[in-house]
Amino acid sequence: MINLNIDGIDVSIEEGKTILDASRKAKIKIPTLCHHEDLCVAGNCRVCIVQQEGAKGLVAACAMPVHEGMKIHTNTMEVRRSRKHIIELLLSEHNADCTKCYRNNNCELQSMANQYRTGNEMFLDLVPEKNYTIDQSSPSIMKDDSKCIRCQRCVRTCENLQAVSALAVANKGGKMKISSFFEKPMHDVVCTNCGQCINRCPTGALIEVNNIDEVWEAIYDKSKHVVVQTAPAVRVGLGEELGFHAGSRVTGKMVSALKRLGFDSVLDTQFTADLTIMEEGTELLTRLKKALVDEDTSIRLPMMTSCSPGWIKFSEHIFPDFLENLSTCKSPQQMFGSLAKTYYAQQRNLDPKDIVSVSIMPCTAKKFEADRPEMRDSGYKDVDHVLTTRELAIMIKQAGLEFMEMDDQKFDSLMGDSTGAATIFGATGGVMEAALRTAYELVTGREVPFENLNIMPVRGMEGVKEAVVKIENPVEAWKFLDGVELRCAIAHGLTNAKKLMQSVKDGKANYHFIEIMACPGGCLGGGGQPIPTSQKIRDQRTKAIYEEDMAMPIRKSHENPDVTKIYQDFLGEPLSHKSHELLHTKYVKRERY
Amino acid sequence: MAENKQLKRVDIIFSEECGFKEILSDALKMDNEKIVDELLNSGLRGRGGAGFPTGMKWKFTAQEKGDERFIICNADEGEPGTFKDREILFKVPYKVFGGMAVGAKVIGAKEGYIYLRGEYKFLLNDLQKHLDEFHKTLDALDFDFRIHIVTGAGAYICGEESALFESMEGKRGEPRNKPPYPTVSGYKGKPTVINNVETLVYAFMICRLGSEKFKELGTDDSRGSKVFSVSGDTPIAGIYELELGMPLQDFVDEFGDGDTKAVQVGGAAGFCVPRKKFKDTVIGFEGVPTGGSMMVFNSSRSMFNVIHNYLEFFEEESCGQCTPCRVGCQQLLLGVEAVKRGDKSIDYLDELLKLSQTMKLTSKCGLGQSVANSFSSIVDNFREEMIY
Ligand SMILES: Cc1cc2nc3c(=O)[nH]c(=O)nc-3n(C[C@H](O)[C@H](O)[C@H](O)COP(=O)(O)O)c2cc1C
Ligand code: SF4
Ligand code: SF4
Ligand code: SF4
Ligand code: SF4
Ligand code: FES
Repeated sequence: MINLNIDGIDVSIEEGKTILDASRKAKIKIPTLCHHEDLCVAGNCRVCIVQQEGAKGLVAACAMPVHEGMKIHTNTMEVRRSRKHIIELLLSEHNADCTKCYRNNNCELQSMANQYRTGNEMFLDLVPEKNYTIDQSSPSIMKDDSKCIRCQRCVRTCENLQAVSALAVANKGGKMKISSFFEKPMHDVVCTNCGQCINRCPTGALIEVNNIDEVWEAIYDKSKHVVVQTAPAVRVGLGEELGFHAGSRVTGKMVSALKRLGFDSVLDTQFTADLTIMEEGTELLTRLKKALVDEDTSIRLPMMTSCSPGWIKFSEHIFPDFLENLSTCKSPQQMFGSLAKTYYAQQRNLDPKDIVSVSIMPCTAKKFEADRPEMRDSGYKDVDHVLTTRELAIMIKQAGLEFMEMDDQKFDSLMGDSTGAATIFGATGGVMEAALRTAYELVTGREVPFENLNIMPVRGMEGVKEAVVKIENPVEAWKFLDGVELRCAIAHGLTNAKKLMQSVKDGKANYHFIEIMACPGGCLGGGGQPIPTSQKIRDQRTKAIYEEDMAMPIRKSHENPDVTKIYQDFLGEPLSHKSHELLHTKYVKRERY
Repeated sequence: MAENKQLKRVDIIFSEECGFKEILSDALKMDNEKIVDELLNSGLRGRGGAGFPTGMKWKFTAQEKGDERFIICNADEGEPGTFKDREILFKVPYKVFGGMAVGAKVIGAKEGYIYLRGEYKFLLNDLQKHLDEFHKTLDALDFDFRIHIVTGAGAYICGEESALFESMEGKRGEPRNKPPYPTVSGYKGKPTVINNVETLVYAFMICRLGSEKFKELGTDDSRGSKVFSVSGDTPIAGIYELELGMPLQDFVDEFGDGDTKAVQVGGAAGFCVPRKKFKDTVIGFEGVPTGGSMMVFNSSRSMFNVIHNYLEFFEEESCGQCTPCRVGCQQLLLGVEAVKRGDKSIDYLDELLKLSQTMKLTSKCGLGQSVANSFSSIVDNFREEMIY
């Protein structure tokens, strides 16, 4: 342990930690901007400067390792004056039109400016012409350099957490900026639309493309029937935007709010998550049968999940040779979309052209996904508008709803029933767990051999997880699987995904089934979830997801009565012709650059 | 203040009096500890600007664990008005190689690199030829060490040691956080000695001359001699090796044109000394240090133009990553323009001086930290020129 003294308070902390870490232990808040606990240290904004006795100049608390006997002062006149200068400098190159800004009231720069009372402008305005271009080319991500403080959190996110490197620093001096590859529009670069950079941007420089107004318009249009679906992770995140602490489950209140907003039918993406398990589980078993029994060498294993559109675009760019390993299943959002304008329309006697389908997602990549040309199997755009969790919170605020006071309501029927297995889609390992709960039981006739159906080896925040499930005494139809050890792997965050895929590509790993989610922690850490994010917040959301699962009366996808009904009334059976038409898709190779 | 010595010309760097092979083979036979002791005793401090004792740098690196380590010669020479490293590499390249080889022996490096300024590519062919010869000499001496030459892309900031490593690693040239220092984690995260071209030659020559001889020159704080690039309003611009610790007055007497109003010591990152302070200013680490650049200004010069040029230079050459330097440079530049135009009052200069102090205190690397040197010394001493 290293002993140091900060503002007169003695602190002991492990070697290798920084002054910033130590100050937190001493309950002293040093302001930061470029620092983010998910990312490596940058030390470039300099607002965290403190005085270290004996050091020349001031030191950056986030970047300075502690050493024995250090004496630190965080609040000297020199420190405060310098910090104020730095904030003034940032503001002088900043297009500070807070009232029009998406991040108004949730902006790290703004709250720092507020704390330091930077009222009268000290320095010259470096953004005199207000005619900068905002990159609006992407359906998911909007980039406004005039709001950028060049902290490089986004660059570190994209490179270190996501292994994508769509963003990089360009130019030097006063012209230094965050750029996409060769300054191409965001739509034309390798960006996966995951939105992780948005979650870590301290300002309004990176935000999701907003579709709130389109949704209001549809709601106000009396000739339209507007259906809304909500993804599993939204119900454990939304509360954070509306007064609840992280990890609050607000499913019932969310349903009430959606009804009050005027949606004609409030349905659940979890319904199609259960359906995904039926289709994807059957696909996996079919692939295994073809590979193991028929010895069909054209069958590609491991099969990889396809419900994370950030991961899909990533593999299209980076692992184009593995597109056939991807499950052909659409994501639950898109399955829902195509069924809304076919099955739902039919059952409700509605003309699909009058249906507007909206989805509420923890994800920004879903905006891109909904726009893909492949996603029109109903004959219409399957999902018309995608809103993030954050955008839904804004609508709720706009409508003046007292969210914390709302009662709990239930989803509407037909495509609103779901199971605990669908809920856990929102956490890393959840799709795997849901698939195993169903596949194991289909194959053996028995429940998975884990206490309370909780398959602990696939849970948790480790970057890459592995699990082996041995199949014993299968029912007659699956006899060939007797004694087979089903090898599974799970990765979350694209850097982990890349690692896992590289080992598959190099022939070092031999799995049957791989689950990959583009975002750290899975969808609950998605790019459309409330800001800020941190491991602690993601852990709380995870806990809430598994609690929600335990609270559900049904916890296995194949037992969802609405799922049984749709196969009876409409689809026939998993992988039927109709399923293929509506619920499955294909992928395209994309260039790396 | 140091005693008033006369300006003394020295001939160590470029001297050809002794075959370098002899020095090299003797040095390679010396004990590592002996070499370090000699360097420490000599008082040699880095000639690249920061003035860190060279013996300590080598000693610290030698003490690090792990088998891979590097020695790098910093030949990025980007400071405006400096061209002495070019001259050294052109005239006595084998002494530079020799210094690297001795350093490599001390720290246990198998690979060395010369990071050559992009604009000096014309030296490359000859340097490579000399290097091939040098490698043969090393083989003959049975010393396992190779030097590679890499060329920079022309950014001033890549002369800063950690930005230089980043650039060598194929990344954008942005300075790193320190600590860790290069002696612990440098090129590829390995213990690394990085020295200026001139420093390496002195280290080499100390092996030959002995530290006592070297120490006879200079002052307590600034031992030995140094190569100066003299430019500006002087009839005899050029490269001179002079004893350290001279009063600036003696320098001006020798190099000025009789009408010298100021000398910029140490280039854009250095200090501007006005005429009235020539007598009291010592050139050396105890007074005003310099990486070699001495720029002489006579009374026809506008000091506004001088600082304006420097600020333009910094504004462009800042890597742009840290706030005080990226934005501060722009503010200082536009600020002096605004005062000159009359858009801002004279008092605004005081705000700018305070800002430059913040930049000195809070910038991440030496570039941003040193802008205040020229800025405050020029604005303080030539305030009226900033306005009229
Ligand atoms: C902006 C900046 C530019 C620098 N450029 C050079 C350079 O061109 N050559 C050089 O030797 N040192 C340069 N330095 C100093 C190096 O960082 C480093 O201190 C030096 O190479 C160490 O060698 P020395 O100990 O022999 O002086 C620069 C420093 C800064 C902050
Ligand atoms: S990014 Fe922050 S400071 Fe800038 S305009 Fe938006 S809310 Fe205001
Ligand atoms: S959305 Fe994801 S992939 Fe795209 S720039 Fe941001 S972090 Fe990178
Ligand atoms: S876009 Fe956001 S995260 Fe990226 S550098 Fe700018 S302010 Fe920082
Ligand atoms: S001081 Fe200037 S050059 Fe140095 S890191 Fe900061 S911005 Fe880059
Ligand atoms: S938070 Fe420490 S330098 Fe930015």
